[in-house]
Formats: sequence, structure tokens, C-alpha cells
Amino acid sequence: MIRSALSAILSHWRRHPLQLATLMAGLALATGLWSAVQAINGEARASYARAAEQLGTTAADRLAPEGGTITLQQYASLRRSGWQLTPVLEGTVRFKRQSFDIMGIDLLSHPLVPALAEAAEQDSVPALDALLPPGRFFAHPETARMLAAAQSEHPITETDRLPPGVLIADISLASRLLRQPDSLSYLLILPDQVSGLTPLQHLAPGLIRIPARSAAADTARLTDSFHLNLTAFGLLSFAVGLFIVQGTISLSLEQRRGMIRTLRGLGVPMRVLVVLLAAELAVVALISGTAGLAGGYLVAAALLPDVQATLAGLYGAAVDGSLGLRLEWVLSGLAMACSGTFLAGAQALYDLWRMPLLAAPAPQARGQQAIRSHKAAACAGALCILAGIAIIALFQGLLAGFVFLSGLMLGAALVLPLLIATGLRIGARLSTRPFTEWLWADTRAQLPGMSLALMALLLALATNIGVGTMVSSFRLTFIGWLDQRLAAEVYVTAVSDQQGTRLTQWLEDQGITVLPIRRSEIRYKGAPLRVYGVADDETYRLNWPLLEALPGVWDRVAAGEALLVNEQFARRHDLSPGLSLALAPDWELTIAGIYSDYGNPNGQVITSLAALLDREPDIPNRQFGLRLPAEDVPEIVSSIREVFEIPRENIVDQAGIKARSLSIFDRTFTITSALNLLTLGVAGFAMLTSLLTLWSQRLPQLAPVWAMGLSRRQLAGAEILRSLLLAAFTAVLALPLGLVLAWALLAVINVEAFGWKLPMHLFPGDWLRLILLALLAAAVAAALPARRLSRLDPAELLKVFANER
Amino acid sequence: MNVRSVLTIFIAGWATEALPQGYAGLGTEAGGFSVPELGGQLSFPRDHGAHPDFRIEWWYLTANLTDTGGNDYGIQWTLFRSALAPGEAEGWQSPQIWMAHAAVTAPDQHLFAERIARGGVGQAGVLADPFDAWIGDWQMRSTGEAIERMEITASGQEFSYELQLFADGPLALHGEDGYSVKSASGQASYYYSQPHYQVSGTLDLPGGPIAVTGRGWMDREWSSQPLAEDQSGWDWFSLSFDSGDKLMGFVLRGERGDFTSGTWITADGKAEPLAPGAFYAEALAASDVQGRQVPTRWHASLPEKGVSIEVQALNPKSWMGTTFSYWEGPVSVSGSHSGKGYLEMTGYE
Amino acid sequence: MVLKIRNVTKSYPGQTPETAVLRGVSLDLAAGSSLALTGDSGSGKSTLLHLAGALDQFDSGEIEIAGTRLSKLRDRQRAALRRRDVSLVFQQFNLIPSLRIRQNISLHARLGNRWDPDWGHVLVDRLGLTGLLDRYPEQLSGGQQQRVAIGRALALRPKLLLADEPTGNLDETASSAVMDLMLELVRESGAALFLVTHSNAIAGMLDQRLHLQLGQTV
Repeated sequence: MIRSALSAILSHWRRHPLQLATLMAGLALATGLWSAVQAINGEARASYARAAEQLGTTAADRLAPEGGTITLQQYASLRRSGWQLTPVLEGTVRFKRQSFDIMGIDLLSHPLVPALAEAAEQDSVPALDALLPPGRFFAHPETARMLAAAQSEHPITETDRLPPGVLIADISLASRLLRQPDSLSYLLILPDQVSGLTPLQHLAPGLIRIPARSAAADTARLTDSFHLNLTAFGLLSFAVGLFIVQGTISLSLEQRRGMIRTLRGLGVPMRVLVVLLAAELAVVALISGTAGLAGGYLVAAALLPDVQATLAGLYGAAVDGSLGLRLEWVLSGLAMACSGTFLAGAQALYDLWRMPLLAAPAPQARGQQAIRSHKAAACAGALCILAGIAIIALFQGLLAGFVFLSGLMLGAALVLPLLIATGLRIGARLSTRPFTEWLWADTRAQLPGMSLALMALLLALATNIGVGTMVSSFRLTFIGWLDQRLAAEVYVTAVSDQQGTRLTQWLEDQGITVLPIRRSEIRYKGAPLRVYGVADDETYRLNWPLLEALPGVWDRVAAGEALLVNEQFARRHDLSPGLSLALAPDWELTIAGIYSDYGNPNGQVITSLAALLDREPDIPNRQFGLRLPAEDVPEIVSSIREVFEIPRENIVDQAGIKARSLSIFDRTFTITSALNLLTLGVAGFAMLTSLLTLWSQRLPQLAPVWAMGLSRRQLAGAEILRSLLLAAFTAVLALPLGLVLAWALLAVINVEAFGWKLPMHLFPGDWLRLILLALLAAAVAAALPARRLSRLDPAELLKVFANER
Repeated sequence: MNVRSVLTIFIAGWATEALPQGYAGLGTEAGGFSVPELGGQLSFPRDHGAHPDFRIEWWYLTANLTDTGGNDYGIQWTLFRSALAPGEAEGWQSPQIWMAHAAVTAPDQHLFAERIARGGVGQAGVLADPFDAWIGDWQMRSTGEAIERMEITASGQEFSYELQLFADGPLALHGEDGYSVKSASGQASYYYSQPHYQVSGTLDLPGGPIAVTGRGWMDREWSSQPLAEDQSGWDWFSLSFDSGDKLMGFVLRGERGDFTSGTWITADGKAEPLAPGAFYAEALAASDVQGRQVPTRWHASLPEKGVSIEVQALNPKSWMGTTFSYWEGPVSVSGSHSGKGYLEMTGYE
Repeated sequence: MVLKIRNVTKSYPGQTPETAVLRGVSLDLAAGSSLALTGDSGSGKSTLLHLAGALDQFDSGEIEIAGTRLSKLRDRQRAALRRRDVSLVFQQFNLIPSLRIRQNISLHARLGNRWDPDWGHVLVDRLGLTGLLDRYPEQLSGGQQQRVAIGRALALRPKLLLADEPTGNLDETASSAVMDLMLELVRESGAALFLVTHSNAIAGMLDQRLHLQLGQTV
């Protein structure tokens, strides 16, 4: 019995292969985009965790100086007080103009050492040389390749148990290369301390203890917003995909009602039928889910380089370029596909379950009922929006921002049908011609069947507008900021300090203003902080992008009594002009201003060059900005190259550096636009499937009008017009929603995530293009049903009038 | 254990135990390091300090102690120096690596700890005058003339001790004025001892603090290549007899036959070097310690002094499970002479 | 003649001339007169009605509606003809669910540009729909819906009214009341009525009667 019932049920798909294809494509799309995002997130998170673990930062608490470094003497005295500590010295080394982050550790005591020992063992070279000059590097194979190309003095042990982008060396080598024989960046507090030691806060009041987990979570916290962002996109795509699935499942069950009725009449229990149908859905879900996973893996692999670029560019977080296949990823993807399918099919299955054996199909009593359900949905939507607003008013933080956004988006989606229905009613009231009157009314009648697809479209459009506005605003601000920040006409990097000195002299002899760019790197509360020294020059006074400043800011900086801090540093530590900041225990300066500093994850401060040199006379003097009339640039550039042996790439004019910065910026947001486009595509597909699903219900509505003298061609035109009308309404509503989204991204999410607030710019041209794109998608989605309609055999329409129905 | 694996890999010249070149790499070539020379004069207090041009060196204190209830304890305080390259350098560039072991042994427990630190940055080192040897907060420090009066401290997870030492006898130079031959083919080390310490102080054990008194013995030895190629370990005895006489005797186990030597120290502190083969020891019974068979009851004899004794470990489980591991613990002596002492056994795998 | 059918044949895909649904049917219907078409199910009566309404195409023969030959018309012209001159009443009523009764009644007339509010008012009044104008079809009973369908058809003042079992979904009492009313209004509007029914009683109420059997009139 079960077998023949099953074959009857499945025979449906033989007759409707397109429907099956749509169902599977919808599911695969939903699963695919979701799991692509999950794969990317998973990979990145695993990378961070690996990096933290590999760098030993998860193993132990850190002891870090509030500002500056730890002296060897301080370290030794802590050791002599019985604390088991291991020193770390970090910095940047350059080989052949290529910079590498180096982490110098004590190979006798650092928790990272077993991994290195294992690598050294595999290398089968005597690793004693790691402790003795010239010393050995340990690096991820990717990094090792770059390093090997840049230098050959130090042998390298490759190990993929280290994160890419960082060199590990014994502290003896690191301190030689960094020329810091007497300072340490931080200390790790090893586990298993002897009890009864004098507490560290008494022994070293200037050092702060940073718990192991938070040190590891640094990158995670920094990149949280990015991953939340991706997850939101993934979930959105999944939801949109489910709209397709829901439509198709309902259709397939509705079309099989007759058959199911017959089977029941033949004695197959309803329970068996529902189980069979559920099993059918499960099989479809598994197959499509698998296809979706495969697609998702490909999408993730294709997007990962851009994600890598984004994370590196915005957060300085290194992510492995290879995508691993994780079992939990596969399982969660399949689970997502199955649960999504059942969620989408639950209503239809439930309706089937309740279907009486003999009654005729329920009449399409939509009108009033639809209005009531629109109102209920709108109430729920309004509540969602209000809840979101309440959350953001009461709480702060990234999560609150996202809760607000999801409340807003979900709420708006729920309110959408009522708004469109109202709009259509007004339209109908205003129309005078019978055809348009019918068109408005008929469109409204279509609304319940289309509303899910329209919600999907609304979300996709609003996200596009919101994220697009955010990115474009960011870009515009960024360009303006570049103009201010890169005020010098030419930037030159000398190959040595001596050459830098000669170059400065030579340029000044030519009457060119030379602005040295010199910096030192210290640590502030455990995080790296760059201290730039600037000369007192009107270039800074005129151009520097200050957000807030005390009166006479530049005079105070030039006098060496004040400093400027970048916005993210100020926000992170809650600093404002007028407060003071201790860069070192004996070096405290007033904060005279805050400047914007985009695309930089770390803190930065600016003070007088003279004051910086007083304290650190040995900081490199190789980078210079030159002020000169723009027309002289080519000549000066070529004469610098004639007189000095400076590689071509070390002399960059303003335009070149801006172009480079912009291209990095654009690459950073490639992933966003790719996801944007994919989401819009899915929404378009959802509209198409909705229209196809509605198709069978359309004929009874169209046939009478056709009989009254509207040609099939006119009806087909009406079909497209209706789709455009709905899309246009949705687009018009998506616009304000998108702008609120953009505002939230710029003023809430960005501040939390990056530490900078961006002004919002409006781009009506982009909106117009997007709305046209949405209309185009709607037209394309309606084109197939319309074409079918215009070529429909009248006999099909006449069947509507057939008495035996 | 992290450090262990590191050292095994990184300090190939030192920490590999049962390799053919012998215990703790002591059988390797001298390679640029100074080597002990016959006739080299030891000079104090200078030679209480470190000798960075030699590959390896140690300050090795053991003591047999009793509490007021008559219970026996042993303690060990050892600082090893191992050079990756000869000489000293500033800061992290120093090739000197320091390692220390501390232990407290009672009949029913053996607690030990280890510390490792690089030289050059002040976390570990030895100064000759005033004498100060330290690693972290472990310390052996002079409180008087040279090493006559000293104070030692060490602490591990489960124990710590703080002891005062007072030497009531002279230094004993082993071999020929401190030149101690370690194999038939002539490998040697500089080796002297201070075997005459009165010890008092406090042991802090899991059960609480215990006041103790007793006798201590410090060995000082440095070399660059003290073992012959075929030698794989040693059994070393430092025994103080109730008569006041003392015996230091060792057996270097080699494939081409054992090499034994030692020093007889009279009650008044005179050191008489023993000829190779004059002292000998044979294992009577072995104990299963950490999965190894280690002899913990010995018969030792030195016929020329009428010594025929049985040496019995206070606690057969006195295994030092440190980066390189060995057996080290207090012993009691019976037979022709009675007394107490320390036994060290290496190379048992 | 409002409707002239000459020797019309019609077959569906897969049918031979022998089994065709219509095999040479002819009839005439003058303005103001009425004709009942009866026959067993499958005899082709609905098909003939659809052909007469310019809803479908025939294989051979000719149909003229108010002097216009259907065989020569293109799809758009046929639609225009339906819009202006022909209206239909179906067994299923086939009202537009999304439009109110008021709009349903006027829709066809307005599409055909023939809406006469006075006549519409008369119809609404006579059909007893006055209080129901602002309702939606789903809120009406079957009999009410059918009266709306009749109103919609007659509001156009069509030259030809086609009705397919117009009371097939109603009980007997309602059925004869609706029929009486419809015939009365048809007479007032001056339309010719072509009605398909299987009921002899209803057929008897009309001027002429034709029986269709195996695709031919008898």
C-alpha cells in the first residue's frame, strides 16, 4: 500500500519537473548562501582561535605595561621574587623593504615552544641554532616563503601550527634585530605558580594584568561586527530562499489535493500520507541541501580572498587562505536545509492534515480575511520595530545595534503587506478607468500570495540601499579624509637613516619643505600604540582632519606639551580634549585634539617631533612628505632618483598613494557588494516562483475578464504591470528603511565596530539605479507567466467556465 | 612537560639522556670550550663562581636532616650551568643556560621542583665574592666568609625550605688538587667539595613546617667533557660515617668496563684521593621506580680503609622526574661503618 | 439576425471529423428573441455557446454576430467584439472576487464603454441588489451572486447574451425566480438570449428550443 501510495505521490514531480527544479533550486540557494557565510565565518574564527592559540596567548595571562615597555631589570626582579614569567618582545623588522611582524620569545619557557619543538623535529636539523647567532625563524609556510625571498641569513623552520604573517624567533634574535636589548613588550604569567608570592600589583604597580581569554579575544572582538554582518546577510539569504521553498511546497501540495483525496478514498490513512509527504520533503531537503553545501563551499572559496583582504585591511587580522571542510559545518548546513524545509512546508502539511475527506477545496475567501491578517502582521511588525528602538535606547553595544536593525527589518517586512494593500486601495479609489480599477483590485487580491516574496524583495532592497549608502558614505568620507591627510605632494622613503639625513639636506637646499614622518611604537594597556612626531608646519595646521580640538591646538602640540589622538583610540579609552594621557610613566601630555583616522584598527597619537626625539633619539628617519608646487613634482621626483639611490617604488606622489588607498578600500568592500547582489538575485527568484505558484490560481480570476473582452495580450501586459506595481511599492518603502539601516550602520554599528563615526551622504542616483534594477527583476520575474498567458490556448481559459468543475 | 621537550630538542648538547655519547651529553667533544688541565691551580673565592668557558658546571648541595622526633629527611639544592657556546655575552645574547633542582625526601615522600632560566639578564647566575648563586627566588647565598656560612632557599608547588649552613671543616679537593679523572682514557673535571656543613632550618611540607638539623655536603664540579665515549652513567656515593670520616666514591659505568674512583676524607678534613679500582660497589637489590629498575640497596667496600658496608635508600622512590631524570636521595649506612649519606644514580633507563 | 451560425465544425486535438465535438451546426437568432440549447453532457452545447461568444475558434463554417463574421477576426478584434456586444452568464457566476458588487456590475459595461448609470440603477433595483453594492462577492449567497452576474451581463446592453446553465448552482425555487427576472430584463434590454440548459422546464420558458446530439442539431 505504502509503495503504491508513494509512487502516486511522486508521480506529481514527473508531470511538474520545473516545480521540482524550483523547489530544489530554492533550497539549494538558501542553504548555499547560508553555509557559504558560515564557512567563511567558521574559517576566519578558526583562524583567530588558531592564531591566539598558536601564539600562546590563550595559555597564560599577560602582564603588560600601561605605556612603554618593560625593562630587563624589571623582568629579572619579578623573576627573582619567585614569579614564573616568560618574556615576549614584539616589533616589526624589515628585510629588503618588506616588513614582518616578529615575536621574540624565550625558547626555554614560552608555552608556544612545544609546537616549535615539534616543527624543529620534523625539520631534522639541529635546532640548537635557534638560540645561537645568527638565529632561526619559525613561520607559517606562506610567511616563510616571503621571508625566504627577502633574506637568507637566518634559516627558517616552516610550521603550519603558527598563524600566517608573524615570525617567531628566540628573544636573542628578536632583540638583536629590533635593536632593543633592554626592553620587553609584555610578560606571560605561566601557570603553576608557587603559592604565597608577593602579589604582582605590589611588585609591579606599573604593569597591568590582562586575562588570557581577553587577549585571545582581541581579534574576535574587533572582527565581531564583520562576522555579524556576514551572518545577517546569510540569514537574510536563507529566509529569502525559504520564501521560494514555501511557495513551491504549498503549490505542490495544493496540486496534489485531488490525488490525496482519492488515495484517502482508496483507504490510505491520512497519517501514512502525511508521513510519506514529509519523507519526500526530507529527501528533497537532503539532496538540495547537499547541492547547496557544494555551492556554498564554492562561493565561500571564491569570496575568501576578499574576506581575507577585508579582515587584513580593516582589522589587521590574518586569516588563512585555505578553506577547510568541517564536519560540523556540513551537518549544520544539512540540518538548516531540513529544518528550513519543514518550517516552510509545515503550514501546507498542516492544512492537508485538516483537509476533510469529501469537502470541495476551500473557496478563495481572501478579501476580508486577508485584510485582517495584514493588520495582525502589521501590529506584530510595529511591535518588532518598537522593541528594536527600545533596545537601542536602553542598551549600547554592537549586539544592541544589531538587535535594533533586525527588529527594524523584520518589523518593516511585517508591516509591508498592509502598507501595500493600503496603497493599492488608494490607487483603486483614484482610478477612473475600469481596466485600471480592476488592475488595482486584482493586484490587491494577489497580495497574500505575493507578500512573502515582496518581503524578501523589501529586505534585499533595503539592505542594498543601507549597506550601499554606508559604503558610499564611507568612501566619500575616506576620499575627503585622504585629501586632508595626504597633503604633501610627494612621499619618499629613504633606504637608510643616513640617506634620509642627506636627502633632507639636499631637498631643503632646493627650497622644498620636508616633513619628516617618524614614529615609535609603544604599548598602551597591552595594545600597540604608534606615537608619531610631527614638525611644526602649516601643512598640518591647514589640513589635518581634526574632529575636536582645544584652542591653539597646534601651538600646544608644537610646544611639546600636548598631543593629538586618533578617534578610535579616543573612543576606546573614553578620552576627550583637555584630559591627559601618560605615554610612559614619566611622560604625560594633554590631549589637545582628536583626529579621524580611517582604515586603521589601532590607536595612534601625534606629538611634537622634538619631544619624541628627546625621548627616543634613535627612531628611524626615513620617511618624508615633501611640499612643493604640483607642477614641479615630476622634475623633483626624477632628480631625487638621479642624485640618490632610491628605488622607484619608494617615491610615491600623492595621486599614486591615494589610488592605492582607494583600491584597498574598494577591495575591502567587494564581499559586501557581492553578497548584496546575490541577495537581490535570490529575491528576484523568489518573486518568479511566487508568480509561478500563483499561476494555477490566476486563471479563474482572469477568465471572466477575458470573457468580458480583454485580450490575452492585454492580460499578459496587466500581469507584468501588476508585478511592476508591487515591486515599485516595495521599492518606495524600501528606500526609507534602507536609509534608517544606513544611519544605524554609520552611527551605531561603525562606532562600536571600528571606533569611528561617519557622516551619512545620500546617493539618489544609486537608489534610482537600484529601484530600476528591482523593477527589472520584477518584470523579468513576471515575463515568464505573462508569456505563458499571452500564448494560452483559449480552451484553458474556457475550462474555468466548465460546469463540471 | 613543555620545557622538557624544548630542551630535548634545543639543547642537543646537553639534555639527551640515554644517547650513546653518555649521560647528559657529557661524553661529547669539547668543541671550543676550555678543558681541565692537570696542575691547574684552583683559587678561592674565585673558583666558587661560574666558569663560563667550560661547558657544564654545578653547585650541588645535599643534606641529611632529622626533626625533633628523630624522623629522617634529605634535601637537595642543585644549580647547573650549561653553556651553548663558550664565554659570556650581554643580555639575551648570553649562551649560558641555568637549571636548578630542589628536592625534599622523607621515607614516604619525595618532592622536587625544577627551574630553568637563561643567563645574561639577571634571573639566574653565580657570583664568587660575596658568594651568591640564584635562579628566580631560589638562592644559595653566603652570609659570612666565602662559603663558610650560607643560607639556602628553594620552593616548589608543594614544598619549600630555608636552611642555614655552617662549615666546620676545610674544603676537600678531589683527585690531584681538584683535577679529578673520570675515565681510563683521561677525561677529567675540576672537582672539590665542602663536606662539613652543619645544617639547621625549616622544611615547609604539605603537613606543615618542620624544624630540622643535620649535616650537609656541597660538591662543586665543572668540565667540558668529563665522560669517556663508552660511559653511560654513574653511581655516586657521598657518605658521612659516625666516626667522622667521610667517603666520596663513584662508579662510572662503561661498555669497556667500569671506572671507579673516590676520595677518603678523614675526620679532621684531610682528603686522600683513592686509586682507580680501590673503591667498588655492587647492587644488592633493585626497586621499580617510574617503570625502571634502579638499585636502591648496595654493598660498597674500600678494603684499604676496612670499609665494607651496606647502603640502603631512605626512600627507594627518590626519582627526580626533571628535564633530565635521575635518582637522588638520602641513604643510611650499616656494616663495618655506620652513618648517613647521599646516593646519586644516573643513566638508568 | 444577431447571431447566425452556419455549418460550424469544431474538434479538439486528437479528435477526427467523425468524433468532432461539433459537426456542422447551424442556427439563427434574431434580435430580441431567445433560444434554448439542450442536450446531454458532452453533446457540445457549451462549446457551441463559447464559439457564439467569440471565446474560441471553430474549424470550419461561419458565425456572424450582429453582422460581423468571426472567422475573419483577429484576437484583438474578437476581444473588442466581446467587450461591446456579447455578454455571458455562467453557472459558476465567475464574479471578480477582488471587486465590490458595484464594480462587478459596471465592469463589463465600462470596459465596453457603454455604462449607463440610469440603466444600471434600474438593474440593481430590479435585481434586488441595492443594499449589497458595497459588499464583495464572497459575502453574497449563490442566488445573489447569480443576480449580480446577470446584472453585469445586462448592464452592457449587449446585442447577444449567452447564458450557460445560469441557474445550475441554485435550488429550484431560486432558479425559477432568477430565470423569470432574467427573461424579463433581457426583454427590456432588447438583447437576444442564447441559453444552454439541460432543464426542460427552463428550456420551455424560451422562444425557441434546439437539441444538440453528437455534435449536430436535431
